[in-house]
Amino acid sequence: MARILVALLMLMLGANNAFAGSKSSALQIKGSDTMVNLGQAWAEKYMEEHPDAFIAVTGGGSGTGMASLISGTCNIAMSSRNIKQKEVDQDKARGHTPVEVKVALDGIAVVVSPKNPVAKLTVDQLAGIFSGKITNWKQLGGPDAKIVVLSREVNSGTHVYFKEHVLRKNDPKSKEEFAPGALMLSSSQAIADEVSGNPAAIGYYGMGYISPKQKAVAVARDEQSEYIEPTIDNVVKNLYPISRPLYFYVNDECQGLTKKFIDFALSPEGQAIVKETDFVPIK
Amino acid sequence: MLRKIKEFIIEKLILLCGLASIIFVALIFIFLLKEGLSVFKFVRIGEFLTGRSWYPISEPAQLGILPLILGSLWVTFGAAIISVPIGVGCAVYIAEIAPGRTKEVLKGGIELLAAIPSVVLGFIGMVTLVPLVKNVFHLSTGLTGLSGSIILAFMAMPTIVSIAEDALYAVPKSYKEGAFALGATHWQTIWRVLLPAASSGIVAAVMLGIGRVIGETMAVMMITGNSAVIPRGLLEPLRTLTATIAAEMGEAVVGSEHYFALFAIGIILFIISFAVNVTADLFLHKNK
Repeated sequence: MARILVALLMLMLGANNAFAGSKSSALQIKGSDTMVNLGQAWAEKYMEEHPDAFIAVTGGGSGTGMASLISGTCNIAMSSRNIKQKEVDQDKARGHTPVEVKVALDGIAVVVSPKNPVAKLTVDQLAGIFSGKITNWKQLGGPDAKIVVLSREVNSGTHVYFKEHVLRKNDPKSKEEFAPGALMLSSSQAIADEVSGNPAAIGYYGMGYISPKQKAVAVARDEQSEYIEPTIDNVVKNLYPISRPLYFYVNDECQGLTKKFIDFALSPEGQAIVKETDFVPIK
Repeated sequence: MLRKIKEFIIEKLILLCGLASIIFVALIFIFLLKEGLSVFKFVRIGEFLTGRSWYPISEPAQLGILPLILGSLWVTFGAAIISVPIGVGCAVYIAEIAPGRTKEVLKGGIELLAAIPSVVLGFIGMVTLVPLVKNVFHLSTGLTGLSGSIILAFMAMPTIVSIAEDALYAVPKSYKEGAFALGATHWQTIWRVLLPAASSGIVAAVMLGIGRVIGETMAVMMITGNSAVIPRGLLEPLRTLTATIAAEMGEAVVGSEHYFALFAIGIILFIISFAVNVTADLFLHKNK
């Protein structure tokens, strides 16, 4: 009996030690689903060059990442939106100051099925479609079919960005909302799947997800402007109207592995990976 | 002496284990109430239950869960319509008609159905069922309440079949023998004697199946489309209570009205499944 107890105690202590050990050399990165692939690519390359480092990257949405950063369960939060004042206050209440690092740019592609003849839309038209004022493809020069609006869930930074910058056109007083009938899908991949199988669907996601099974629509700021395709060049030149910065958030001035990893992400090598994963480098 | 002490310790340990589950339930319920009721500082209970718009992250947030409640009820209703006749039929076949070997295969198959994780069912539904529903009913999208109901019916079936089957076995053999002695056919015996005799157990089976359905999250989240509109039927996208909590809890800022509202939804779900389980329990005990 006593021997079992001792063994159990040893086991618990051992586990404790192992945990403490992993904590010092491991980096937890969490947040935006849009950025998971990018974060993973950075982490893999970094670990290849520094075999002693261990970096874990998980998704869940920008809000999830922020919540983890505040509660101290991750070292870096990836976010495709700016931190909210509420979150800054919460972090401060726990004795930390969140620090923002811009690590890449992303264009948000609006996608339809390749079978859909509609190939270009203005920001106004997009706002109309996603807020439910335009309901038939006929109104946009397409076939007579009801528009199936696909959106991400509210835990997605892309959802928040799209609402603020497309539906509300950067106007903080605007009360526009996604149409109540918009389908809320839980991942960018789900949107890609639904769009490729449904000629009446329209959705949005980070440029990195574009594949031949979906057609990215060219977007114009207004009727007079040129229609711009969502390509890396157009985002770098700031021509494409729906693009946004991607951020890392850390608690206080970072040091050690966290700092080394962020420096790596911002280095020319790290920014080359940005381009490989279909995002847009900041430099 | 030593033996007595040992006995005493073991007895108390087991008592503790027994109490643990009750304590946990109580703690969970207290926590749920504490967090959930805080939402009513921001919104009146009537508005919360009957509001038609769910925009939790807007300023000011609109927290009306009527579309979500109706979404859950519609999906559950659809699943019950599908799973109850099939489930009860299956139980009757297994308990009364199937020959030995078929019976074993069927029972094994149903246990296997219960073992499939819901995310797998949801995924299968997403790739196979959703396009099928879209094409069969000529809809603009297959992500509808009906797709959710069908998948949930699969999940409710094992519960319904196994409990209904037990209820049928529990009918005293003399009932059946009496019916046969009076010249009733096998079908007449099943329909007029066995099913009425086992009815309370079958109702309990159905209620427990429904309880399973109403709490299910992952599969419905993947295939019902999750749009928070008041559904007018099963051929439309809808959003359930469970999917709302699962999809939004990650984003909700701790201590915000959104966060409290999600816990309040938890209370509603708790009340619904508690009511369903109590009903099932009443029927089960009536049986004994």
